[in-house]
Amino acid sequence: MKTFQLTRPKDNAQAIAAAAKSKTAQQGAEIRFIAGGTTLIDLMKLNVETPQSLVDVNRLPPDKIEATPDGGLTIGAVVRNSDLAWHPLVRKNYRVLSEAILSGATVQIRNMATTAGNLLQRTRCMYFRDTAMPCNKREPGSGCGAINGFNRNLAILGTSEHCIATNPSDMNVAMAALEATIHVYGPKGERSIPIGDFHLLPGDTPHRETVLEPGDLITHVTLPPPAPGNRSLYLKLRDRTSYEFALASAAVVITVANAKITRARIALGGVGTKPWRSTEAEGELTDQPATEATFRKAADAALRDAKPASQNAFKLELAKRCLIHALKLATQPA
Amino acid sequence: MSNQDKTPERPEADARSGFGQSTRRTFLSRLGMASLLATAGPAVTTLGQRSGKVEQVTSPESKDAIPVTLRVNGKKHDLRIDPRTSLLDCLREHLHLTGSKKGCDHGQCGACTVHINGRRQLSCLSFAALHEGDEITTIEGIGQPEKLHPMQAAFVTCDAYQCGYCTSGQIMSAVALLKEPCGPEDAEVKEFMSGNICRCGAYPNIVAAIQRVRQGAKAG
Repeated sequence: MKTFQLTRPKDNAQAIAAAAKSKTAQQGAEIRFIAGGTTLIDLMKLNVETPQSLVDVNRLPPDKIEATPDGGLTIGAVVRNSDLAWHPLVRKNYRVLSEAILSGATVQIRNMATTAGNLLQRTRCMYFRDTAMPCNKREPGSGCGAINGFNRNLAILGTSEHCIATNPSDMNVAMAALEATIHVYGPKGERSIPIGDFHLLPGDTPHRETVLEPGDLITHVTLPPPAPGNRSLYLKLRDRTSYEFALASAAVVITVANAKITRARIALGGVGTKPWRSTEAEGELTDQPATEATFRKAADAALRDAKPASQNAFKLELAKRCLIHALKLATQPA
Repeated sequence: MSNQDKTPERPEADARSGFGQSTRRTFLSRLGMASLLATAGPAVTTLGQRSGKVEQVTSPESKDAIPVTLRVNGKKHDLRIDPRTSLLDCLREHLHLTGSKKGCDHGQCGACTVHINGRRQLSCLSFAALHEGDEITTIEGIGQPEKLHPMQAAFVTCDAYQCGYCTSGQIMSAVALLKEPCGPEDAEVKEFMSGNICRCGAYPNIVAAIQRVRQGAKAG
């Protein structure tokens, strides 16, 4: 591992000032915030990330989960995944978020990983993680080893000719279906970013994964009030029953009245280069009867633009079945 | 080929004849030093002379070393360590608490599991310098040979290990699990223990040991 300086800022302003000197906030940033470290330290051990300076934000507030006046929720950036998943308000009002987090990683890792860190979780693409391999995300212009290589686990939605790396987070998929807002404090002040605008498609700049600029510090995430009468769940399909990344997953937040779907929010995981909200699927569901035929139409719409690579075409049908089954579970009589 | 032609030394046999009173650990570290001395010459001799006792040799201080104060098993330690030092390496190499094991060193196997402020975490996937002010507990702080924690005793009773390398991590997870929202079924225990890999496959007995302690705790 390359050596680095560790700084422990007293407040957000100090942390931001320290990180603002970085040339980039994206892949290869020379200054990085560190919280749980479960992604960053792993990548530093692999020399995929080689920051010269780490800014410890573990003890910066806010680290709480609180109800907002409008009935929503605010989640501090360094709230640990375990605390978020088991919080009574999350269990009660945002079940999909609790289930998504608990389906990922292990107890030990969830005790360490933070909300903001999970938003920034890096791909598990083996070419990204191996410095002997070409990877446009790690080293722009070096090529993509995955497109004609081992790509069974990689994305079929939102890909480009330069990168097909999957966003690995389960939490992000639930956050997308819940329409979370990410609050950032940076050198130019505060701003709020809807989660749909936070992650970037790879396009021809796969090394740029989010809209964050140098010094931008995620301070908290807010969730809107739960839609009245909604049911939500997260269904994850994978090679092992535990401690494995998704081959396909679905986050469903749905309201049914008199056997008709009145509102649906759908996001897919394991298949997209970013947490994959599907407004196409939502369009096929809204104002339609809650039947398998409707669910099938929604699944077809969600995967319509999918572009499989040599080894991952199975994900197309798997993702559809995953979404259909999740919708069945979420709409069956209680 | 030349290495394979030599008859490998058997540490067990040497432990009996050469270092009769050694523990496995002091023996192995002496063996390591002896082979280093044999091959590396003067530089290592200096190291040995400086520290006096071979088994307490630590690496020379890094030029980037920073002061870090850690509380481990109720005891405060003032250290100077390289900021790259993982919490696991700090525990093992600086504090000589070698119960926590290094398996994968990438957060995938759970052998390095310790408790931080009462919750289980992976010591390989964190820097020691991030843990000033935290209360760290290792397997050494859970129990000792003369006074085993009930979970350690249950692992013995249920034969919940074979080679033993993953065992301290398994026990640290199992002890933490007692306070976690884990359902009563074996399947729940397996899910909660999925971050601890056992290469020998002692899983059924590990689950049995944990359930034994949980049921005992309920009965008591």
